[in-house]
Amino acid sequence: MKSIDNLKSFWKSPLRRNQAMLGYLFVSPWVLGFLLFGLYPIIMSLYYSLCQYDVLRIPQFIGLGNYRELLFKDPYFWKSTWNTVYYTFLRTPLVILGSLMLAVLVNNAVKGIRFFRTIYFIPSIITGVVLSSIWLWMLNPQYGLINTTLAFFGIQGPLWLQSPEWSKPSIIIMSLWSIGGGRMLVFLAALQGIPQQMYEVVDLDGGGWWNKFRHVTIPMVSPVIFLWTVLEIIFSFQVFTEAYVMTKGGPLNSTMFYNLYLYYKAFDDFSMGYASALAWLLLLFILIVTLIQFRVGRKLVYYEGEKA
Amino acid sequence: MIIQTPSKKILNKIITYTFLVGVAAILILPFLWIISTSLKGNESIFAIPPQWIPDKIHWDNYTNVFEKMPFFTYLRNSIFVSGMTIIGTLLSSSLVAYAFACLKWPGRNGVFIFVLATMMLPMQVTMIPLFVLFKNFGWLNTFKPLIVPAFFGGGAFNIFLLRHFFLTIPGELFDAARIDGCSEWRIYWNIVLPLAKPALATVAILTFMMTWNDFFGPLIYLSDKLKGTLALGLAMFVGQHQTEWGMLMAASVMMMIPMIVLFFLFQKYFIKGFMMSGIKG
Repeated sequence: MKSIDNLKSFWKSPLRRNQAMLGYLFVSPWVLGFLLFGLYPIIMSLYYSLCQYDVLRIPQFIGLGNYRELLFKDPYFWKSTWNTVYYTFLRTPLVILGSLMLAVLVNNAVKGIRFFRTIYFIPSIITGVVLSSIWLWMLNPQYGLINTTLAFFGIQGPLWLQSPEWSKPSIIIMSLWSIGGGRMLVFLAALQGIPQQMYEVVDLDGGGWWNKFRHVTIPMVSPVIFLWTVLEIIFSFQVFTEAYVMTKGGPLNSTMFYNLYLYYKAFDDFSMGYASALAWLLLLFILIVTLIQFRVGRKLVYYEGEKA
Repeated sequence: MIIQTPSKKILNKIITYTFLVGVAAILILPFLWIISTSLKGNESIFAIPPQWIPDKIHWDNYTNVFEKMPFFTYLRNSIFVSGMTIIGTLLSSSLVAYAFACLKWPGRNGVFIFVLATMMLPMQVTMIPLFVLFKNFGWLNTFKPLIVPAFFGGGAFNIFLLRHFFLTIPGELFDAARIDGCSEWRIYWNIVLPLAKPALATVAILTFMMTWNDFFGPLIYLSDKLKGTLALGLAMFVGQHQTEWGMLMAASVMMMIPMIVLFFLFQKYFIKGFMMSGIKG
């Protein structure tokens, strides 16, 4: 009741009322944008997912037909889900660990360290189509930089993007090029917040660098590791451009990722209803994985100031 | 603390520098390789072992790009789309952030949490109905689907970032201006925006990176070849000239240049933006 009284007195003051009206006015672009480009599409997407719809004719309601076909009859659905899960769960630990190690390296207070941080950061500003076009050449089995370097050491490199076994690892290797970007800087900031005394305690106990890393660094940066793991998993689920530009999903559908399949269904086959069902399953999948992560995260992550 | 002997200290330093230089070399070599390829003729592109510095510099890879694709049309389109998106994003996200940071209104915190929650939403869920909507508007093959949404809110993450910055501006400044009879519009336009230049620069750069590199939007909305952006043009180019590596790398270098130049000019904002975007979902 009190809050309602507060609200009443709020509206009685002309100055406050004026400010509140302006508040609504200022926020209205977002509200309009959300209604038109957010809420309306979400509702329609759910509706389309229950329809047969090819854009030209009006949607035909078919209930759960799309979902039934996806889950029980469509081998590409399972193939693309498997590809995406493989990509996500191999890539995420590698990029997280890679950026963390790089952050530890550039946390050394030696001369010129700023220069190295800048150098490491640069690859991360190259993304999307340019990144894909560059790495198509880097990973060329005969003349690319990677295989000619391997050949220099007497190693016969794989066919990379042209091999069904190596195509997904190829795209993962490519994304490792940007481990020195924002992620590394966030880890660096976390590392710099660790009190030096904690390491000195390990020194006194006679522990080496491994004990410092395992018992001080990892627990102290675990909240950041956790946050980035959640984010990277969400990002990885949505991998699209690399596969579209470099492989078109091949060879043998080994890089047919979930989003690529969704795109082909929607804009090549114009099965908009079917693609909407795919989108909703993706949303569901992301929600479930995120919830599980927060459940597990509560046990594993150390937050300072928390009771032991 | 255990005292390190001088020789051990030097050894540690040597090891650190070895790692630092080694990693730097691995990360930078691809750039040198791409630039080198972009200046090579086929005879040195397919040479084994690879030639880093070609016998003859082939600038014609670059001129061929202009002949084989309407590079300047794509460039103009990319600049137009990025420019308009940046303008829309700056105006509308700063206005909305002002409402969240500097004005008091019932329901403010609830709405703000809602704004943040929308960041979790994958774009695939809205993509198909938006396509149908823009098709019904008659906006296919125009830049409107790429630009207009930016004017409505400017993205949850940018609102979050600007609100965060606006909150650091001392409240007395607003009170003083209000007592002097300054309207909220003027406080927003003449006081807050000039003070927020660093934050606005960060938003502008992040937005530029997003739109300059955006492939998906142009792919579904722009089917007319001459309406394409550079990202779309380069992707088509990759499909058509897969074996003409010299020319392909020349095109890639040209698309990379604006980003690299911008990075060196505005390093500070880049780093801030990229660190902040860790919070983005």
